[in-house]
Amino acid sequence: MTLNITDINKSFEGLQALTDITFSVKEGELFGLIGPDGSGKTTLFRIITTLLLPDRGEVNLFGINVLENYKKIRQLVGYMAGRFSLYHDLTVEENLKFYATVFGTTIEKNYDLIKDVYCQIEPFKTRKAGKLSGGMKQKLALSCALIHKPKLLVLDEPTTGVDAVSRMEFWEMLKRLQKRGITILVSTSYMDEASLCDRVGLIQKGNLLSVNKPEKIITEYQKELLSVSSDNLYKLVNDLRSEKNTHSAFLFGQSVHLTRKDQNITAEQVVKYLQHNGHENIRVKVIKPGIEDCFMDLMNEEDEVLLSG
Amino acid sequence: MKRFWGFVLKEFLHIFRDPRTMLILFGIPIVQVLLFGYVITNEIKDVKIAILDQSKDHVTIELTNKIISSGFFILDRNIKSINEVEDVFKEGNVRQVIIFESGFGKNLKREGTANIQLIADASDANTANLVVHYTMAIIGDFVREQNKLTGSPIQFVPEVRMLYNSELKGVYMFIPGIMAMILILVSAMMTSISIVREKELGTMETLLVSPLRPLQIILGKVTPYILLSFINAVTIIIMGNMVFGMPVQGSMILLLAESILYILLGLSLGILISTITKTQQNAMFISLFVLMLPTILLSGFIFPIENMPKILQWLSILMPPRWFITIIKNIMLKGTGLMYVWKETVILIVMTSVFLGLSIRKFKIRLE
Repeated sequence: MTLNITDINKSFEGLQALTDITFSVKEGELFGLIGPDGSGKTTLFRIITTLLLPDRGEVNLFGINVLENYKKIRQLVGYMAGRFSLYHDLTVEENLKFYATVFGTTIEKNYDLIKDVYCQIEPFKTRKAGKLSGGMKQKLALSCALIHKPKLLVLDEPTTGVDAVSRMEFWEMLKRLQKRGITILVSTSYMDEASLCDRVGLIQKGNLLSVNKPEKIITEYQKELLSVSSDNLYKLVNDLRSEKNTHSAFLFGQSVHLTRKDQNITAEQVVKYLQHNGHENIRVKVIKPGIEDCFMDLMNEEDEVLLSG
Repeated sequence: MKRFWGFVLKEFLHIFRDPRTMLILFGIPIVQVLLFGYVITNEIKDVKIAILDQSKDHVTIELTNKIISSGFFILDRNIKSINEVEDVFKEGNVRQVIIFESGFGKNLKREGTANIQLIADASDANTANLVVHYTMAIIGDFVREQNKLTGSPIQFVPEVRMLYNSELKGVYMFIPGIMAMILILVSAMMTSISIVREKELGTMETLLVSPLRPLQIILGKVTPYILLSFINAVTIIIMGNMVFGMPVQGSMILLLAESILYILLGLSLGILISTITKTQQNAMFISLFVLMLPTILLSGFIFPIENMPKILQWLSILMPPRWFITIIKNIMLKGTGLMYVWKETVILIVMTSVFLGLSIRKFKIRLE
């Protein structure tokens, strides 16, 4: 195991940010930590990268205790912070050069590793980092995090605030880096990115809900899922949610994904209920769940546990 | 070491790229010196004077004409007796009274010397000083001309009296004061802001994760400002000398060494401020309120410490600029050596070590 996290607890001024987090990342794995904003992803990453101390628990990286040997760890980890730690008044090249010297290396020495990422922004190397687009900033920040050949790459929400095309490109780059033997730990609030990881951990309100392969998470999904659409989507969600037999109803693009408490209620009965409420052009069909449905479901369950507990 | 210089280079890039920083670093010191300098020692023009000529011979008349035609002075009135001097000053228009002794020309011819008395209203110390200096220069000029003409050496013995403020306090006060203020502002405010900026931008996070040691980060941030503050100190000394004739009587090396000590003190204060603030704005406010106002008000820069209430006098002991101003005034004006300022120097050294120790203790190797 590359990274072992055991029983991490952390609170800020009485607010519990992380509760009993335990998981491990295998060597060469692309591990995704998925969760909404404020779920504790950044706090967890900061503990892993020695920036914060946990109240309780242990972190081991390559057999080294992170909490005791922070100096050793800082050589091994490449960290890309959520806000792309770049100097806006320095050019692309100056930023990269600075991080290279700070880590005791040069761009030339490790050009091979960053080439794939850096070549895309190299034409703009004399431009100030502050003037770059979100996607380019992200690539520069990744180049900077990679410049010292880290064994573990920790990326805190690298795709937040970046357009869809750049996001896809970014994940392809991560895949290529993974092939070169770098273990990658990445967090995101976009659930659709989960299927791109080898394994994912779902985190909510500081609790790790499930750690599994994305396809496993889908096969473990037990409920029958209905996709419902009508002319008035807003009213549709509200009507479905106020029906007492509804387990969950979430808006997904142009339709509502619906799970029922009683699986015996048929699609026809749902149509009838909606017609009764004045909906038109109603379409209901059974669909296969996606990873997002599974997450929504897991999070919903957790909420219920929290409420009843 | 290469890491460290890479860091310093980056810091210089920040400074040179930011027009505001450049302005604060180099524009403000120059503007301040000129501003304070000219507000206090404005060039004199059309200053009203009165003359008491008890001789009225050709020499005194010629000299009077020369003084009045210089353009600096306007003859407000001729007075007839020494008793009128006080009244003339009390009216407030006249800044200087020139008194020629009786038999001025005769004395000059017979003995080669004659006496002039210059009485200035020193309630405005700087103007008084300037007025007297200008008058002396004109008289000196006149004496040289006369010497050339007659061949026999003559001598005027001017006697200068400053009324109302004979010690002329505050005349050369502003250069040391500005130096104390600007050095502490630049070194403390600029460093604290630049360190806090890294926190604000989130780059501190990455720096902390890097193998750089905290001491390297701090030294890397501070080094450029040591150099720039030093350039500032030298600029102020040179400008004070060239533009306002502020002398450096004592050892230049000692003066610069004391300046470096004071800069280090400012930097350690700046680091301390950066460890207790989270935003650039905060750092700036603390720097301004903790450093600039006390420097101006409590260091004796503008208001004499002896005139303060006891409490403020005690408080001023804690103000680093107070000691620095005493030191450089001694070196620049009195030309004293370390022997006379060692006490103040020790105080500054102690303050520096306390601030440095505190900030090293408070600097975080992690985020909280």
